Amino acid sequence: MNIDAITNALLGGSLIGLSAVFLMLTLGRISGISGITSGLLSLNLNKSDLWRGAFLVGLLSGPLAYLAVGGALPEVVLDKGYGYLIAGGVLVGFGSALGSGCTSGHGVCGIARVSPRSLVATVVFLATAIVTVYLSR
Amino acid sequence: MKEIAALIAGLLFSLGLILSGMTNPENIINFLDITGNWNPALAFVLMSAVVVTGVGYRLVWKRSTPIYEVSFSVPTNRILDKRLIIGSAIFGIGWGLVGLCPGPALASVFSENGVKVLVFIAAMVGGTLLQRAVSSMIERKAAVSVDG
Repeated sequence: MNIDAITNALLGGSLIGLSAVFLMLTLGRISGISGITSGLLSLNLNKSDLWRGAFLVGLLSGPLAYLAVGGALPEVVLDKGYGYLIAGGVLVGFGSALGSGCTSGHGVCGIARVSPRSLVATVVFLATAIVTVYLSR
Repeated sequence: MKEIAALIAGLLFSLGLILSGMTNPENIINFLDITGNWNPALAFVLMSAVVVTGVGYRLVWKRSTPIYEVSFSVPTNRILDKRLIIGSAIFGIGWGLVGLCPGPALASVFSENGVKVLVFIAAMVGGTLLQRAVSSMIERKAAVSVDG
């Protein structure tokens, strides 16, 4: 890792933190992406769920905003086949719903709150992800 | 105003993921590949995000309410149950298989690999709905056995 990559990692992480603090300050909500977006998967959505849609629009339009200020579209190297994509997607959706959170809700916001549930969740998903990568290499 | 605040938060989150390279699954896989060509970037991202969030949350919580809501909606559950452990374990396997999780997936729909990312997102939605179906089935069975 060179200095530029470390600087970008620290700046990007700080922006993520800033976003989480801003959402807590304005709406009093945790920035858990799986929680925010899965709240939209309901047949009886009402006006109080509009913020979820707005957050999702912001998240989706990040690359376009980045492009607009002179950056390039994010590099997304994804050489996995469709079988992997579907299996991975199903497991990520199922697991985050069952475990009440993902990398953002547990990994960032939960650890920042020193929540014992989130600390355990983060250690567990890091461990199974490391083993999965090790076995699939 | 609530929606504008949420839009800004989503956009900032997305820009943070893009700037830090976390929208690239290759960087995630190389972080998880501790015995191979290890790339520590994710650790720096997580560390700085946690520090900023931790300090910021404590400052925000000095207020009695958020700006646009009547109260804070922060989880209070502190019980380590099976659902949490099993769910997180399953989530980690999916994350390791592809190198994508919900935030980065949604923040890279507009990229050169958008179609593949959309397939992943569709499967993710399917997995979430499947979990709800399984949970409500188990709860119904439990209710029946209690009644009987």
